[in-house]
Parts: sequence; structure tokens; C-alpha cells
Amino acid sequence: MASAELTVVSPPGTTRAAGDGPPPRRPRRSGGARRRWSGLVWVAPALLAMGAFVYYPLLLNFRYSVQKTNIFTGQQRFVGLDNYIRLAGDPIFWRALTNNVWYAVLSIVFQVFFALVLAALIEDMRSPRMRAVLRSVYFLPSAISLTVTGLLFTFIYQPSGGLLNGLLDGAGLDAAQQSWLGNPHTAIFGIIAMSQWQGFGYSTLLFAVAIQRIPRELYESATLDGAGPARRLFSLTVPMVREMTGVVMIVTISGAFQVFNEVMVMTAGGPNNSSQVLGTWLYEAGFIRNDFGYAAAIATVIFTVTTVLAVLQIVHTSRRRVA
Amino acid sequence: MSAVTTVRPRQGLPRILTQLLLLGFLLGLVIVVVYPLLWMAVSSLKTNSEILGSPFALPAHPSSDSYARALQKGVAGYLLNSVLVTSLSVVTTTLFSAWAAYALSRITIPFNRVVLLVIVGGLMLAPTVALIPLVRLLQSWGLYNTYWALILLYTAFRVPFTTFLIRGYMIDLPREVDEAAEIDGATRRQTFWGVILPMSTPILVSAVILQVLFAWNEFLFALIFLSDDSLKTLPVGLATLSSRSTTDFPAVFAGMTIAAVPMIILFFVGQRYFIRGLSEGVGK
Repeated sequence: MASAELTVVSPPGTTRAAGDGPPPRRPRRSGGARRRWSGLVWVAPALLAMGAFVYYPLLLNFRYSVQKTNIFTGQQRFVGLDNYIRLAGDPIFWRALTNNVWYAVLSIVFQVFFALVLAALIEDMRSPRMRAVLRSVYFLPSAISLTVTGLLFTFIYQPSGGLLNGLLDGAGLDAAQQSWLGNPHTAIFGIIAMSQWQGFGYSTLLFAVAIQRIPRELYESATLDGAGPARRLFSLTVPMVREMTGVVMIVTISGAFQVFNEVMVMTAGGPNNSSQVLGTWLYEAGFIRNDFGYAAAIATVIFTVTTVLAVLQIVHTSRRRVA
Repeated sequence: MSAVTTVRPRQGLPRILTQLLLLGFLLGLVIVVVYPLLWMAVSSLKTNSEILGSPFALPAHPSSDSYARALQKGVAGYLLNSVLVTSLSVVTTTLFSAWAAYALSRITIPFNRVVLLVIVGGLMLAPTVALIPLVRLLQSWGLYNTYWALILLYTAFRVPFTTFLIRGYMIDLPREVDEAAEIDGATRRQTFWGVILPMSTPILVSAVILQVLFAWNEFLFALIFLSDDSLKTLPVGLATLSSRSTTDFPAVFAGMTIAAVPMIILFFVGQRYFIRGLSEGVGK
């Protein structure tokens, strides 16, 4: 285990210490406390970075959320739950939350259920090359920045000269043509659709990896028992990848409550706040209106949702370990 | 229905038809994914009026002038900033994480369970949650509007995932390796750099690739903590470019292609490591 001869604190430097020579052998434990404590040097950079940039601001956020900042003097004063009460009475906050829920629901449909079936279909194909090509091609948009895919779909959704309206025109559905991101009823769904296009291949890849871990013999015996493709999918594949499904589901929902980039690039929450999500509403409160306390209260809501989901994930994985 | 008839897999026309339908569906989905990306690349070679007037057509006179214009309109700087921030944050994230992973898998340190919990606990924290206080903190630390703001934030927020990933690999390396190094008189530092780190190369490659992807595409921090146009990275720079060049769409498409192509290449070149990192990172 711990090396007995390490008495000098040796921080993990950038160069390898050459020619230290063999240190004298000593019985274990004689290094004492010093040897043990020196081990913390290895984790110090990670802990310092996280302490300063993750945990400290996280704690400050709770304090900010019960304060009001005077933007002229920069003074902060305690206002109790005032920010949260304002939040509860803010119709745009509820609109944003509803949009996040829509995001989560549709992402579960496409990035969990659809992706799982798709992965099963791919892994059922005979040619290994075909399987590899399909997995990679579907994944491709996930490697690209959401700014790029967001801008790309802004062009696709454009009322004139956009691909979508062009396609509808070609299919004789001119009546359905519209300004997809300019219409308050369709804007958020246009963004969500882009997000599904961008992300379904990511979870398909994860499911494909999970399916590959299922022993082939199970499929062979299921086929011998007369199970068709649909039966094999629902009675064999789905139960065998249940752990992955749980993890992907939680990661997907958690991601749906953190969306920001694509909404910011495509509509910035408009038109008329119809496509606001919690992230963009927080941005607007904090950086456009300089209402830090209010923005911090929104952050607390995001924190609560994502933490509950994370705890569920831990429970989910540890139950699997025990079982 | 007797058991004998159900044992035989279905044969003949219906089966072939199902297979064809399935293949058609999978290939249709390929088109849905690939067509917009090709359209983006092709549109960068068209003229503004061609993009607006005949979006489906190929360019009459393909021209790559748009790339020169995009680079001139700021993309050259954004690209350089992205390369700088990405490479530096890859170095710090991978080093910090590999050190921590080593301490949490190969040696015994005080409070190791607490340290593990604190580091991996960061996995569940969304960046938005720390955003508002970070503005003040980075301003008072003099980091606001510098490359270091992004490099340090990208490191701090990615150390949890990367440590988790590398630790999962290091913990499975055989115990005898450290013991042999110890008998040879190696210090911990020598064991780490000379033995454990080289043995972990496959997972380090995965960690580096995933960090490149993250840093290259990150938007939220880059939007908030850099205000000078000359410091912006590609994701924020492109958004600026598109709002500025409403009369030069080919240049915007060119900028988008410039941002996308390196990651597409990285994905295809490092696919094996990519998939390993993703599945290990989520599945454990």
C-alpha cells in the first residue's frame, strides 16, 4: 500500500525526479503522520479548483437568493424569501418551467425510448460495418457545438428561403408554412426539435454499447424458443439494458433543465418570452436586468431539480450494485 | 398453434419486406442527420441571393471567398482563442484529474472517502447554479474577461467527470505494479509518472478527447465571462458574427463549418476512445 520510504513531501511536479537513488528501507508506519498527510498534495489542485469555482460560489448563491442588490451602490440587504415569492408570482418563470418540462418530456421520448429501439435495430443488423457506420453517423451532430446546430436550424426554420418551408411547399403543404421561430406557439418546439436531432445519436450510442454487453447466447436461445424481433426487443433487450435506461433517463431530464445555449442562439427566449427556459430567464434577470437576487433564486430552483435527479441516480446505481 | 410452427423463423416475402422497410427507415434517418450538415457546408460556397432564393440548389459558381471573409470578420481570432483555451484547459484538467485519480485509487490518503465524495459530488452540480456569484468572484479576483476565467472554470467543472473516468481505470490496474516499483526504490512521484500514467494511456486519450469536445463547444461561461470581442471563443463569436452579418450568410455558414469540422474529424479519428469515455463515464 503506502510506500514506507516517502518521507520528503514530493508534490506532483512537471518533471520526473531523476536519480533520487534507492531510499533506505524502513519498517512500515515509521513514516508516521507526515507521510500520510503528504498524500493530500495529489488531490490539492483538484480540491482547490473545485472549492474556489464550484462549491464556494454555490454556497454564495444561496445567500444571494435571500438578498437584494442595489445596482447603484452595490449594497446588498437581506430580504428573506422575497425573491422566491416574486418568482412564484412571475408568469414568465412558470412559462419557462413549463418549457423545461416540455423539453424533458420530448427528450425522454426521442433520446430514451426512440434511441433504445433504434440502438436495438442497429445492433440487430448482420453487417458489423453497417452497424458502426450508422452509430457514428447518428452521433455526428452531438460532436458539434450547439451554437452551430442552433444557427443551422435558425436558417432551416426561416420563413422565406428556409429548408423546412421549402420542403412543405414541395410536398404541397404550403398551408403549414410559417415563421417557425417567430411564432410564439411553435418557437419552443422548433428549438426542442433541433435538440432531438442533435442529441438522439448520443444516447443511441450509449444504448448500443449496453446492448453489445448482452451475451449473444441469450438471443440465440430466444430465437430458438420462437421469439420474433419484437418479442426479443421487449422481453430480452429492454430488461437487460434497464440500468443504462435509468442512467440515460436521469441524465436526459437533468440536461433538459439546464438548456441554455440553443435557446439563447435561436430565440433568446422570444418572441414575447414564449420560449424562455429557466437558464435564459436566469440570464435575463442577472445580466440584463441586474436583478442578482432574483437570478440566484432561479438558480436555486435549477439546483433543487438537478440535485433531486442526481440523488435518484445514485440510489438507482447503488441499488444495482447491491442487487 | 403448435410449438413446432412457431420455432421456425418467418421466411419469404413478408420478412424481406420488413427488412427493406427497416433499411429504408435507417437510411432515411441518415439523410435527416447528414443533409442539414452538408447543406451548411454547401451554403458556405454560395452567394447570399442563392441562399435566400434557391436554398436547395447547388451553387452556380462555388466560391470559397466566404471563408476568407469569415476569418476576416473575426473568426480567425475566435478560432485562435478556442485553440488556446481548449488546449490549456485540457492540460490542467487532465493533470489535476490524473493526480487526484492516482491518490484515490493507488495510495492511501487521509480522508480519502471524503475527498472522493467532494470531487465526484461536483458531477451533479449544474454550472448555472454557481453563475451569479462567479461574476462577482471573478471580477474581484481579476480574472473576469481573461482567458484564465475560462481555463480555470472549464477545469473546475470538468475535474469531477475526468477524475471519475481516470480513477475507474486506474483502480483496475494490478496491485503488483506499484509493489514492483516500490521494491525498485521508486518514489510515489516516479511510480505515478513512470508506471501508472503510461499504463493509463487509453483512458487518458478518452479524457483528453472528451475535454476537447467540451471546451471547444462550451457557450455559457464563454458568453458571460468574456466581454471583449478579441477574446471570444468560437461558440460565442459565431453568435456575434451571425447577428452582425445579416447580409453575408455565406460567411456565417463558413464560420459554422470552421467550428464544426475539427470536432467531426476528432470524432472519426478518436472514435474508439470517444465511445469508451462516454460509456465508462455514464455507465459506472
